[in-house]
Amino acid sequence: MQKIRNFKDKTARQVMLGIAIFSLLLLVIIGTSLFLKALPIMKEKNLWVLLTSSNWKPFKGDFGFYPFIISTLYVSLIAIIIALPLSILTSIYLYAYSSDSVKKVFEPVIDLLSGIPPVIYGVWGTLTIVPLIADKIAPHFVEFSSGYSVLAGGLVLAIMILPLLISILLEVFRSIPAEMTDASLSLGATKWQTVKKVVLRKSFTGIIAATVLSVSRAFGETIAILMVCGNIAVIPHSIFDACYPLPALIANNYGEMMSMPGYESALMLGAFLLFIIIVIFNGLSRVALNQIEKRYSF
Amino acid sequence: MNNGLAKETPIFQEPFNQTILRKVTATPAITIKNLNVRIGDNHILNDVNLTIPEKSITCIIGPSGCGKSTLLKTLNRMHDETPEVKISGEVLVDGSNIYNAGVEVIDVRKKMGLLAQRPCPLPMSIFDNVAYGPRIHKLKRRKALNQTVIQYLQYVGLWDEVRGRVRTSASRLSIGQQQRLCLARGLAIEPEYILGDEATSALDPISTRKIEELFVRLKEKYTIILVTHTLRQARRISDNVIFMYMGKIVESGATEEFFNNPKEQLTKDYLSGSFS
Repeated sequence: MQKIRNFKDKTARQVMLGIAIFSLLLLVIIGTSLFLKALPIMKEKNLWVLLTSSNWKPFKGDFGFYPFIISTLYVSLIAIIIALPLSILTSIYLYAYSSDSVKKVFEPVIDLLSGIPPVIYGVWGTLTIVPLIADKIAPHFVEFSSGYSVLAGGLVLAIMILPLLISILLEVFRSIPAEMTDASLSLGATKWQTVKKVVLRKSFTGIIAATVLSVSRAFGETIAILMVCGNIAVIPHSIFDACYPLPALIANNYGEMMSMPGYESALMLGAFLLFIIIVIFNGLSRVALNQIEKRYSF
Repeated sequence: MNNGLAKETPIFQEPFNQTILRKVTATPAITIKNLNVRIGDNHILNDVNLTIPEKSITCIIGPSGCGKSTLLKTLNRMHDETPEVKISGEVLVDGSNIYNAGVEVIDVRKKMGLLAQRPCPLPMSIFDNVAYGPRIHKLKRRKALNQTVIQYLQYVGLWDEVRGRVRTSASRLSIGQQQRLCLARGLAIEPEYILGDEATSALDPISTRKIEELFVRLKEKYTIILVTHTLRQARRISDNVIFMYMGKIVESGATEEFFNNPKEQLTKDYLSGSFS
């Protein structure tokens, strides 16, 4: 009996280890295959030129990825700048202030929002956000904007990551022991003082982790962005200019014009760059989080 | 308010003194009238009437779930944070009902230093923990604040243990140190009352003794109300005892009288350990 039990235990352990390794390998496999596909273009052109040139003329064989990289970062940055304060305030309200009946209405709706397909956000963005920017907002700042812009992409993306951020932040806040907030309240602190000095402080690393997760999602968001960004391969000079993030580039062009020499390989390089951006971003933020935890752990 | 009786109050070493009996009739610091607390259909506190004399230690004892923590929480209005809790009746602190409309909950809590069951340092340094209350109530200017923090840390006997690291995280202290820190934090808001909710139940015997000694010292200046699970603790440090069962006050009185001559059958059973 003993032997069979031990055998079962060992096998289960090894099977699970295998599965865990497989999911780790997936990352390597995807990375490698993208890299191999992108290799021809990297051999043909100078990688530095590919990354820093803003010349995108596939017909002539010019593949400059700079505008796409900038667009990806720009749109995601705008999105997080808009979404983070909104989501922190919303989740603070739901966590500390709202009555149970309000929570019962809001929380399912927020979950529902994160379940809406991106294409619907895209259509809505095209019908509402784009004209709003073109007619109402942009004229105050620039001479002309079609509305299809960095700002439109950032806004739509912000709205898309908002529910994700809110639900993670709520979890982060709710993991704070009630004794801690009670301690602050019993000292005569108001709710807002408690939130500001205890809750936000205690959940600082959690907030950063939530931000990293939603920015990673923002980097990869494709359809909705593609519909409102304008998709012009130039470096955007203001938030009212059109832009062309990497995922949109790949989704728009993969499968078409593949006969063009180097084009497939270039698109694969785009995919590989996106992959690398996300890996580096996650890695860096993990290091940063560790540092913060070490230095400011309370 | 101070009618001189409190000054004559014998110190801890001689609890079997008749003056303690008279203390019950001393100036009441807190008077509770017809207090009822309900959570949904649960009647947690049922017609509680009692007085708590000033500048003494009053222990609330009783089996788990009898409502003693609930009673304690009504004193600093912590039930305000849970909207399901319905409270009726009066809690007179220094003569005025803290549940009157227009009474600021912050003013009520500022009078009450709470010591929770498990010590819970705020997520900041040792110094900032003690300075937390004075800062939010703007009690002290920056320079005076240093002095205040040191003073209260000294008072709870923590200063010598932490003097080199007051700017480091409070969560690195031992549990016993944390509880003394929490006491210093509570005292720093300059309260008149100290509420302890089984404040020593998570501590080792030595830390427990330190906290108990502090309570005994503190009753010269403060009115102390402790919820406790251990009868021995109540016997050791309290002046008065309140025994609760199923949301009602069964018996209350001076400690020595209470333990030696309990009047109610229920009290006798509880003290003899028939139930707990």
